[in-house]
Amino acid sequence: MPGTALPNNIMHFARILRRAGLPIGPGKVLAALQALPLINISNKDDVYWALHAMFVDKHAQSEIFELAFARFWRAPSQANDDLSLIDQAQKQRGDQDVRPASRRISDAFADQAIAQTKSDNVEPPASDVVASWSASEKLRSQDFETMSTAEMAEAKRLMAVLRLPIPSVRTRRFVASNFGPRIDLRATMRASLGTGELIQLKRRARGQRHPPLVVLCDISGSMAAYARMLLHFLHAITNDRDRVHVFLFGTRLTNVTRELKHRDPDVALARVGRSVQDWSGGTRIGEALRTFNQHWSRRVLGQGAVTLLITDGLDRDGGEGLAIEAQRLQRSSRRLIWLNPLLRYAGFEPKSAGIRAILPHVDEFRPAHNLDSLAALIAALADVNAARREFASVAA
Amino acid sequence: MAAIPLPTSIDQTAELLRSGGYVAERSLATALFLALAMKRPLFLEGEAGVGKTEIAKVLSHTLKRDLIRLQCYEGLDISSAVYEWNYPRQIMAIRLAEAAGKSTDAAQQIYSEQYLIKRPLMQALEKHDGGPPVLLIDELDRTDEPFEAFLLEVLSDFQVTIPELGTVKADQPPIVIITSNRTREIHDALKRRCLYHWVDYPNAERERAILAAKAPDVGEKLGTQVVNFVQMLRGMELFKPPGIAETIDWAMALKVLNARELEPATVDATLGVVLKYQDDIARVRGVVATQGVEAAKKAAV
Repeated sequence: MPGTALPNNIMHFARILRRAGLPIGPGKVLAALQALPLINISNKDDVYWALHAMFVDKHAQSEIFELAFARFWRAPSQANDDLSLIDQAQKQRGDQDVRPASRRISDAFADQAIAQTKSDNVEPPASDVVASWSASEKLRSQDFETMSTAEMAEAKRLMAVLRLPIPSVRTRRFVASNFGPRIDLRATMRASLGTGELIQLKRRARGQRHPPLVVLCDISGSMAAYARMLLHFLHAITNDRDRVHVFLFGTRLTNVTRELKHRDPDVALARVGRSVQDWSGGTRIGEALRTFNQHWSRRVLGQGAVTLLITDGLDRDGGEGLAIEAQRLQRSSRRLIWLNPLLRYAGFEPKSAGIRAILPHVDEFRPAHNLDSLAALIAALADVNAARREFASVAA
Repeated sequence: MAAIPLPTSIDQTAELLRSGGYVAERSLATALFLALAMKRPLFLEGEAGVGKTEIAKVLSHTLKRDLIRLQCYEGLDISSAVYEWNYPRQIMAIRLAEAAGKSTDAAQQIYSEQYLIKRPLMQALEKHDGGPPVLLIDELDRTDEPFEAFLLEVLSDFQVTIPELGTVKADQPPIVIITSNRTREIHDALKRRCLYHWVDYPNAERERAILAAKAPDVGEKLGTQVVNFVQMLRGMELFKPPGIAETIDWAMALKVLNARELEPATVDATLGVVLKYQDDIARVRGVVATQGVEAAKKAAV
């Protein structure tokens, strides 16, 4: 049995990891205490990997573990005093890129300040923009992250009626059903035990389920006017159904699914605001899609997901490399739906290189004529006829 | 037959795997050793083709244990993973009892063990000659979430509860290896019951050792060049970087073509063995392949 120093150190180490955001309960600590006597604890590598097997349960956590372990082994007693390193690691949780947390946060705030001043000359200044923006303009002058109770209730009501243009798919799992095509022998047997007669056949049918939904949302300067509303929509939909993944992109791609999972929209949006660094900057759609295809598509599109791409298609890189990535994205998704808020007036022609690059590779094209409210967005997503009309006119 | 004893140290675990032709990193040997010693399931995650499933096969082979494999798929349910009642036999029994005028007895008897069809998870809990079996739950990410819930009881207590019969518990827990390609996140509740290890692509040195163990016919010169080339491909941010399985296949394919060393023409012709997406092949074929071959040869010297 180990002496008292070792258990104390392990518990101390576990506390530090917990503070850094790793989900470590007493069960894992007990397991670690069980494991260490089994190995040669004078070998640092062995101790490292033994504790790694106990405390880590996601690949993304390995980095935090490594930082914490290195620090702890250098000076266990001081590790508690100086947790900045761990706090920093915590900010990087959830597969974010490695960079100092303090800088990321200040970057995020700085970018937002620029956005405020820039918002007057945001491209593209179409004629009807000013009128439809006035309402949202007021909202933006409020704190970006707060939402009134009335707004929240409204959002909830709208989400309840939301019908995305995504049919649910039949799963391979069977559920009880009165007129199902298959006979449920187990239920039949049990039912017959009551009466002693094998008369009433119980049936079952394949269940129905929403396919996973992956949202890729543009938050660059030209989309800034919609950012708050889109985030509320994304928050609502993330918490409304299971298997939703949300990515934001401007010049770089950020996975904000975990941040959006917080039930309180204000907290969730504040977290998103902190973790995303490229608010209201330029757009590099091709680069963002490439990153997604490279690092995420296999992890989140695996189970027949529908992809919703929300962008105006205005690309800083002039659509370079975009067609190939859009094509790859379409091939990896069950359906690729493109929601474009730029297309708000009739007679729109796809002149931008970015739009022309994406258009051939989407399964469904959703123009949004007036995207200043959640209701308008949901209507745009649900309006099948309008979409067909627009698609026909644009494609022609 | 007496059971082959489990390894008692990390070194022994690594040695055991090596004797089965599996060249493991020390980190993996550590995780595996602890999983065996603490009788906990081992959860292996990693890209396709890095040798996750192979570990279970090697374990069962070197320890001479039965291998029970549960290949996961969407819709996998209790009746194909754990157990099912044998309904035709049950119905037959009821009819026979009715004919004999003893239908009340039959109602009690039809839910006994002789009417039970045991599926992989249940089989793994039974007593086996030569010690507890190796239970491989392969590609768990392919199932839907409800199935993970079935697994919780099996993996934490090594028991299965059948409502009509009671609880079946293993005398000695099986050796459980779970693999996932990470096409979705597995629930924390399940991971919590396991030891976790991320199986990464090997470095060049270890990959050479793996190749030497798996494809000894391939000459050292060709093998080194193949490994160098594949390592270069992995650094290229391809849509699907090649796994170890691809390296082995490719070396064997080149061997079949009687190649002594890499040549741009042969590489172009056989890229389909290493890369499985047309975009990736198009990127590599031609200039990149030629340069890669040169670099691989230079590095091999």
